[in-house]
Amino acid sequence: MNLLNRFQPRGGVHPAGRKDLSADRPIRALPLPERLFVPLQQHVGAAATPVVAVGDQVLKGQLIAAGQGTISAPVHAPTSGRVVALGDYAAPHPSGLPVPTLTLESDGEDRWSDAAIPADPFALAPDEIARRVGAAGIVGLGGAAFPSAVKLNISRKSGVDTLIINGGECEPYLTCDDRLMREQAEGIVAGIRLIHHAVGTQRALVGIEDNKPEAIAAMRAAALGTDIQVVAVPAMYPMGWDKQLTRALIGKEVPAGGRSADIGVLVHNVATAYAVHQAVALGRPLVSRIVTVSGGAVKTPCNLEVPIGTPAQDLFDYCGGFTAPPARLVMGGPMMGHELPATHIPVVKGTSGVLALTHAEIGRPEPAPCIRCSTCVRACPVGLLPLEMATRIRAADLDAAIGLGLKDCIACGSCSYVCPAHIPLVHYFNYAKGELSARERAKLKQEATKKLADDRSARMERIAREREEAAARRRAAKEAAEAAKKAAEVTA
Amino acid sequence: MSQLAHSPHAHAPVSVGKVMATVMLALVPATVFGFWLYGWPAIFLWTVCVAAALLGEAATMQLQGRPARPALLDGSALLTAWLLALSLPPWAPWWIGAIGSLFAVVVTKQVFGGLGQNVFNPAMAARVMLLISFPVEMTLWTAPAPITGLHAPGFAEAWRITFGGGAWDAMTSASLLGHVKTEFTRGVDLLSSLPGYYVPHDSVWGQRAGSLGETSALLLLFGGLYLIARRIVTWHAPVAMLLGVAVPALIANTLAPAHYLGPLPHLLSGGIVLGAFFIATDPVTSPNTATGQFIFGLGCGLLTWIIRTWGGYPEGVAFAVMLMNATTPMIDLYVKPRIYGRNRKGQSLPAAPSKKEA
Repeated sequence: MNLLNRFQPRGGVHPAGRKDLSADRPIRALPLPERLFVPLQQHVGAAATPVVAVGDQVLKGQLIAAGQGTISAPVHAPTSGRVVALGDYAAPHPSGLPVPTLTLESDGEDRWSDAAIPADPFALAPDEIARRVGAAGIVGLGGAAFPSAVKLNISRKSGVDTLIINGGECEPYLTCDDRLMREQAEGIVAGIRLIHHAVGTQRALVGIEDNKPEAIAAMRAAALGTDIQVVAVPAMYPMGWDKQLTRALIGKEVPAGGRSADIGVLVHNVATAYAVHQAVALGRPLVSRIVTVSGGAVKTPCNLEVPIGTPAQDLFDYCGGFTAPPARLVMGGPMMGHELPATHIPVVKGTSGVLALTHAEIGRPEPAPCIRCSTCVRACPVGLLPLEMATRIRAADLDAAIGLGLKDCIACGSCSYVCPAHIPLVHYFNYAKGELSARERAKLKQEATKKLADDRSARMERIAREREEAAARRRAAKEAAEAAKKAAEVTA
Repeated sequence: MSQLAHSPHAHAPVSVGKVMATVMLALVPATVFGFWLYGWPAIFLWTVCVAAALLGEAATMQLQGRPARPALLDGSALLTAWLLALSLPPWAPWWIGAIGSLFAVVVTKQVFGGLGQNVFNPAMAARVMLLISFPVEMTLWTAPAPITGLHAPGFAEAWRITFGGGAWDAMTSASLLGHVKTEFTRGVDLLSSLPGYYVPHDSVWGQRAGSLGETSALLLLFGGLYLIARRIVTWHAPVAMLLGVAVPALIANTLAPAHYLGPLPHLLSGGIVLGAFFIATDPVTSPNTATGQFIFGLGCGLLTWIIRTWGGYPEGVAFAVMLMNATTPMIDLYVKPRIYGRNRKGQSLPAAPSKKEA
């Protein structure tokens, strides 16, 4: 490994990891739930359209909803059983508002549908690998849930030369990737090699935080004899931010507003690489994922392999329930995850953890005045001035906040975490970004309306003009005819 | 869970109150030493300062219809009063402390909008106001009379000194910087005025005339290093301020030793160490980037040296800090961190041309 290739990360915080709660607990398969609630939108992009009807019998891994358009992902049956409903069900979103969801009643057999397994996945054309990844419904499992096949295709077309596999897992509590790397390193490495092959990258780097020595050792052992480099990076939050990891590993920064592909980099999560291996080599679509169940209020924190669509309650029940009434339920990690409004909400493809936190763990007293201590400035991994942005947003001066870099904020929450005045800084920024997109939408709408109105008046003018011209032509023709007639009369 | 919760769902175990408490803890050794050195009048003055500040804070919050309790509990008024007390002549009458504290808290802080909104450092603004308004009381320095020693005033006498109408002229003495300035005006240069008056060892331990807490450079330095170790402040502003004084002092002293004090007496005199570690690091009135803080500290140091050397007053820390406070918004406007993926001008970095396109 080239030491010169490693670069000191900027900003960041060191929150209490709490990973010890679940790090030593091997992944166990959650017993099959009776009912699964599978949302049709679990990814960035357009929602999938159901291809089964209520009452249909389905097999595990069978396509139940097809992707729509260029950025979308299909959804597969997480187990065998019967489709009992196709309607709205509470979404894994802070609002808990209902979204189109397919409800599946398990038949308890968990029977896989037949799948074509290639003799040698590496003999497949790169196009074909990307197609199979897309058909398997794989999305970024680090939490972003962006359709992976889209990323593979963009990367291949733009000539990406470096593949970075994100094993950072910098969020406190979460240990799902850590466990997966310890237990399924071979599968992850096979997946990395498939992506490597599909994109035609020149090098592949796996970045793992140095607080996971077992995972690093397991991955190094599995990568032995391949050209994959496993690199330990300093443990700090947000090391798992793909652009931070990129800078830490190769010392290059993704241009603002750009994509990793702009500097020849493709970043995938370790769990995504594993899912690629499962899909391409074994023909198994993405129907389950590893979820960390943790938090101070959970009796026995666990790492579970969970079928997509399992209600969070089933996970907590399996972990022995709550030792105390949780102060807050969280889906994802505590830094960027969102509140889980109820426990009947299902696990989706992007769910890395479900946490039941106590009051002591949340610890957010009333906000106090900002003392400009600039701890937030030092914590920001992007290089923003959170305190200054917050004052502008509080004064409803959105443009000034944009001028200070609001659009570059990644909402990692480091500033809020360290603020001694307990000001919900990142909340301000998320609010402002919401306002901004509402404003942009309104602007687009206004422009569209204006264009329609302009087009209409242009059209009306044209019609009137054409009518007039036609009338003039008719008049001219008539006059000409009359003149000819007169002339004829004269000659006659 | 009635109210929508937002991320992050965890918080570092920090608070404004804890930050203030840590700073006060760092001030304890130098303060206790000052109490010992200057006796009961110093303790009375400190108490008056603190009481006036808390009263002023509570009264103004009340007037604004805002709850007084959180403001009193965050410790900011207490810290302001403490810093002011440390910068006053230890045997100053009670009304000096009371007026100063009220000015600091009410006029410099609350009128500007309360905690975090003030442009100028409250303690330094109060000190400057007092110095200009009451030049006699503010420049009567006392020779140390350790509380355990023979010359120390007793409790009753101390009460008279602070609250009475002080009859204590027998004890006065000039501070080092004041002495140098006075001798200069009489045409006596440093080579004649300094010997016998300046003993570095005494300055380190604070065994000479000066304000309550300014005199023990070593204990203040320990407090400052503690704050840096606890990551309450960073090294940038303090180191820059010390450099800002020491470098020009060294150059000038090397060129003309008869006219310019050397770096050591500058660093060990007056409020430089207190200013560098406890005043220039005031988060509210200093810039918010490391580079900005360095520039700010450098300016504080340089201006202090200029005022001490050529100004009308022997000491310049408070003036220098206030002048630099005024430049903080400008420093913050020009000195900003580079944003990820952008250059210093804020433009997006160029995309690396990919190999296939090239």
